[in-house]
Amino acid sequence: MNNKVPNNRAWLLVLPMLVLVAFSAIIPLMTVVNYSVQDVLGPNARFFTGTEWFQSMLNDDALQAAFLRQISFSLIILAIQIPLGIGIALIMPKRGWQASAVLILITLPLLIPWNVVGSIWQIFTRGDIGLMGWGLRELGIEYNITRNAGDAWVTIILMDVWHWTPLVAMLCYSGLRSIPEAYYQAARIDRASKWAVFRYIQLPKLTNVLVIAVLLRFMHSFMIYAEPFVLTGGGPGSATTFLSQSLTTMAVGQQDLGPSAAFSLIYFLVILLVSWVFYTTIMNMQKDKPPHGGA
Amino acid sequence: MAEITLKGLAHSYEKTPKGAADYAIRQMDHVWHQGGAYALLGPSGCGKSTLLNIISGLLEPSEGDVLFDGQRVNELPPEERNIAQVFQFPVIYDTMTVFDNLAFPLRNMNTPEYRVKPKVLEVADILELTPLLDRKAKNLTADEKQKVSMGRGLVRDDVTAILFDEPLTVIDPQLKWKLRRKLKEIHERFNITMIYVTHDQLEASTFADKIAVMYEGQVVQFGTPRELFERPAHTFVGYFIGSPGMNFMAVEYRDDQVMFGTQPLPVSEQMKHAVASAANASANDISHNNIKLGIRPEFIAISSSEVANSVPIQVTSVQDLGTYSLLTFKLNEQTFKARLPEGHPPVSEAAFAHFDAAHVALYIDEYLVEAGHE
Repeated sequence: MNNKVPNNRAWLLVLPMLVLVAFSAIIPLMTVVNYSVQDVLGPNARFFTGTEWFQSMLNDDALQAAFLRQISFSLIILAIQIPLGIGIALIMPKRGWQASAVLILITLPLLIPWNVVGSIWQIFTRGDIGLMGWGLRELGIEYNITRNAGDAWVTIILMDVWHWTPLVAMLCYSGLRSIPEAYYQAARIDRASKWAVFRYIQLPKLTNVLVIAVLLRFMHSFMIYAEPFVLTGGGPGSATTFLSQSLTTMAVGQQDLGPSAAFSLIYFLVILLVSWVFYTTIMNMQKDKPPHGGA
Repeated sequence: MAEITLKGLAHSYEKTPKGAADYAIRQMDHVWHQGGAYALLGPSGCGKSTLLNIISGLLEPSEGDVLFDGQRVNELPPEERNIAQVFQFPVIYDTMTVFDNLAFPLRNMNTPEYRVKPKVLEVADILELTPLLDRKAKNLTADEKQKVSMGRGLVRDDVTAILFDEPLTVIDPQLKWKLRRKLKEIHERFNITMIYVTHDQLEASTFADKIAVMYEGQVVQFGTPRELFERPAHTFVGYFIGSPGMNFMAVEYRDDQVMFGTQPLPVSEQMKHAVASAANASANDISHNNIKLGIRPEFIAISSSEVANSVPIQVTSVQDLGTYSLLTFKLNEQTFKARLPEGHPPVSEAAFAHFDAAHVALYIDEYLVEAGHE
């Protein structure tokens, strides 16, 4: 391990990767950084503003509200989709044609484009022609997503659960299939209850896929745009206006490039930070506690 | 306490087995006595693991009965049999510490915690796991993990038999030896029946008092390592046990002589009679036309000059293996192996082989027939 030969030419091997990352991430990101610290009025009229845009973004009431909505939304859908996905994976058939059939059925929602999902649910929930909207009205339940913020929230969450739980279920299903039969056999011999099998075999073996599922679902849901935009347009009022919609309004609608660049960077850093904290915490949980007294 | 009896046991993974080939275990009867150290030896795919899973209850046999102390347990699930099983790949509960892993079977039986602790500490002490008790099981080495999974079998007071399914496959060679000795120690200390599945004859003979050799879903011989070596009951045992395995010659009885192809073989009078009567019996029955003589490489003496009762051979190679040399020769176009003791004088290419008559065994239809008991 310690007899490595120092050779700076090894950097050459990293170079292609560096070029690739530069074009795919660093250079585009730098243009955003560029805008975020300047006030660009025209091709030759630009002023350095320092952290001014960042400060105004962080202190913007509307954005703070959108941020809170965003966090709530992500937490709610994670709290529903992760347990539900695990549950579905546990009851899915393990082999035979039934397994294939269920897999295909479950995957279907994943194949539908975001704005189509929004449109489907928009029609689905209409009181006059939508099955759900009409059905609920016939049952005497008042339901209107364009007027009632609660209804809008419930519908958006329901839509996201319908659209994305299959991803969690499929990841968990593949995780469960990779557990060797011997684990279940040993558990039977150790007289483990069904709950103990889940708690001490299945769940620990699912940790890695669940980390991926949580990260993907968090990032996805934190950036959600098309579905609520098509379904509610962010309304009623701004009840379902999430961060990306605020950003779009600012950047495309109002052409406020400086503030929206600063906002984009904050947005990006929040996602990065949350993902990193989550990942490190989970990985640390699997390590041994340091032995007493040090070693 | 349990004596495990297999009565008319057979198992097939097919729903409607057609013919012998569909059976993983063919009709067999066998008794494992309480407190014995047994090995189940055989090549991959001979049904060893199937048999083990039937005993532990993970599989229900398609035919026959499994009896524990005379009681039929066919339908009893593994959790209701007093049996522990150690698998090929160590099964440990990742998120638990070593202590919790060992305590797991006890806690599942709602054992009060004040009784769990001393038992776990005792087992950890025997298995030399005490310094690791606070560690997460996930971060152990393969041999430590395997010790933990053995430990889970030992903590339960009600366990009367532990089944091992090739438990040392993933263990480093030096540690294998240590673990095997540990097993032996445990066996001597507790009055537990141990059945150890392996395809390694050395592993089997160092661990077990008695070895059951399995071949094509049947136990073809059950005996001490010495018996398996000296009197293989089946040609497969002769071939599988010993390194290299037994030499076999398909022989005929012609002109008052035991003939191996064109070569008359000098055998004892007794053997000659046995071959003659076997040949006689099979003369009318083509399906029984299978008479073989077997001799272990250890009992073939090679010399460069002709001695009494020897046959001329063609030496093809001599391999020096340190403590002995392995000589390959041809007789009647068939390859034979012979073991030469250390310091044996070099032999010429055209040499003579002498088969020790006392160690020539007769096989009819692949099974040993004691010459002289005819």
